[in-house]
Amino acid sequence: MIRLLAFLKTYLLHHLQTAFSSLGKLWESPISNSLTSLAIGIALALPACLFILLFNFTQVSSQWQDGSQISLFLQQSLSDNKAKSLDKKLNTWPEISTTNYQTAAESLAEFKQRFGMDDLLDVLPDNPLPAVILVELKDEVQTEKINTLLKKLNALPAVEHAQFDMAWLQRLRNLNKIGSRGIMLLGILLSLSVLLIIGNTIRLTIINRKDEISIIKLIGGTNSFIRRPFLYTGFWYGIFGGFIAWLILLIVFYLLDSPVNNLAGLYGSQFTLQWYTLLSFFILPFLGALLGIIGAGFTVHQQIKEIEPK
Amino acid sequence: MIRFGGVYKRYPSGQEALSGLSFHMEAGSMAFLTGHSGAGKSTLLKLIAGVEQPSSGQVLIDGKNIVQLSKSQMPIYRRKIGLVFQDYQLLHDRTVFDNVALPLIIAGADHQEIGRRVRAALDKVGLLEKERNLPVALSGGEQQRVGIARAVVNRPMILLADEPTGNLDAQLSSEIMQLFKQFNQIGTTVLIATHDLNLVQQMGYAEIALKQGRVDAGKMA
Ligand SMILES: Nc1ncnc2c1ncn2[C@@H]1O[C@H](COP(=O)(O)OP(=O)(O)O)[C@@H](O)[C@H]1O
Ligand SMILES: [Mg+2]
Repeated sequence: MIRLLAFLKTYLLHHLQTAFSSLGKLWESPISNSLTSLAIGIALALPACLFILLFNFTQVSSQWQDGSQISLFLQQSLSDNKAKSLDKKLNTWPEISTTNYQTAAESLAEFKQRFGMDDLLDVLPDNPLPAVILVELKDEVQTEKINTLLKKLNALPAVEHAQFDMAWLQRLRNLNKIGSRGIMLLGILLSLSVLLIIGNTIRLTIINRKDEISIIKLIGGTNSFIRRPFLYTGFWYGIFGGFIAWLILLIVFYLLDSPVNNLAGLYGSQFTLQWYTLLSFFILPFLGALLGIIGAGFTVHQQIKEIEPK
Repeated sequence: MIRFGGVYKRYPSGQEALSGLSFHMEAGSMAFLTGHSGAGKSTLLKLIAGVEQPSSGQVLIDGKNIVQLSKSQMPIYRRKIGLVFQDYQLLHDRTVFDNVALPLIIAGADHQEIGRRVRAALDKVGLLEKERNLPVALSGGEQQRVGIARAVVNRPMILLADEPTGNLDAQLSSEIMQLFKQFNQIGTTVLIATHDLNLVQQMGYAEIALKQGRVDAGKMA
């Protein structure tokens, strides 16, 4: 037991020493290694940026009412009674879940409350807004059916115009899906490029240290012993790249923050970008380190087999 | 300790370096491997170190056929062999101390033991005050003594040296040879390849003379 502990202690100490001597080696050529880390940082920051934007956007758009809704703008001349009976009739239609009748006066009140243009509206002689019936469709109603329903509603004599409100939201959500797939793909491609950047850099280091590797093999170094410092080099590249990516994100979102909040304010919602950006502080270096070790691992595994002592 | 039985070594180029070589060295003995350039001295040492494999025949080290060692067993086996090279083969970005410590670090020795053994080895070769230096700051003779300290620090059962004095003058050469003698006296089996016949005669140890890939029978004592 004591022996095992002593062994573990020696082993951990060796790992620590290897990790820091790898770090020290990177420090010996600061410029080229900073450039490598920067390249990794940019490759990580780009998909992370897009992902955070998309994630925020999804959050915001999901606050917008779900389900599909049709607004029926009624003829100005239609009497209140007739409108109410139409409302009742619509309730019995199989595609419709609920309806909500709103008189012209109520429409005006809501408009005033939402947009606060009291003075302007008071100037107008008549109420310019029509009475509206808001029709909630049942969830299972499909898009093709919505179109025939729309035609049917538009054909009603009492209806001036029937408008499917959610068409644009639907389109937006489809775009959103395409966007997230695109970002995923981009993320995979750029992660691959991180693997390649790290792999290639390590490959060059290995070539430079061929003699050293061959000597270590001659005096009984195992492959995993030889591999270790290079894996740590990959680890450091990745972690630095991750921090740089995080810095890039901070800068980007600092610059975007106020315009985005202004825009969001116009739509009556709140974008909270900072929170996700801070979270990426933990994820990006971790992801970078992981990619670094994997990238280094692949290269080192291949290269070290080829170096045999002479 | 070292037993070759009918060993042939043909390189991929078609060059035959060893042609049915047989010899035996007792544990704890010391011998010189002589012969002209191209006689097969380096090839013989590489077979013992497991760097090259024989084309046919047996290489038994400490009773074990090293051809049968697996890839993962080879590093462990090599830790029992100390190697000294003509061109020293030191790591130039590490201090003398770190160079000598390398076999111990590889073997997973603990911190205190590394310090103790490295200093003992450096003391034996007379370089204790130079432990913080980089190899470039040392003379050729000193670099070779660092190479020897590294070869013996792990207390190998066999010490192999390929032309260890090839780059050194006569005075330094005989100092280096005295070191090998001392390590042999504490029980290490020592085999030194050299073409410096004067030195061999001075030292008065057994000689394995190679000629065209075989033991030169005319010269055997
Ligand atoms: N890696 C190699 N590939 C092909 N031929 C080699 C190789 N190493 C040595 N030889 C040949 O094998 C023969 C023996 O070489 P070597 O063992 O180096 O002799 P020595 O060390 O006695 O000078 C020489 O003819 C040499 O050219
Ligand atoms: Mg030779």
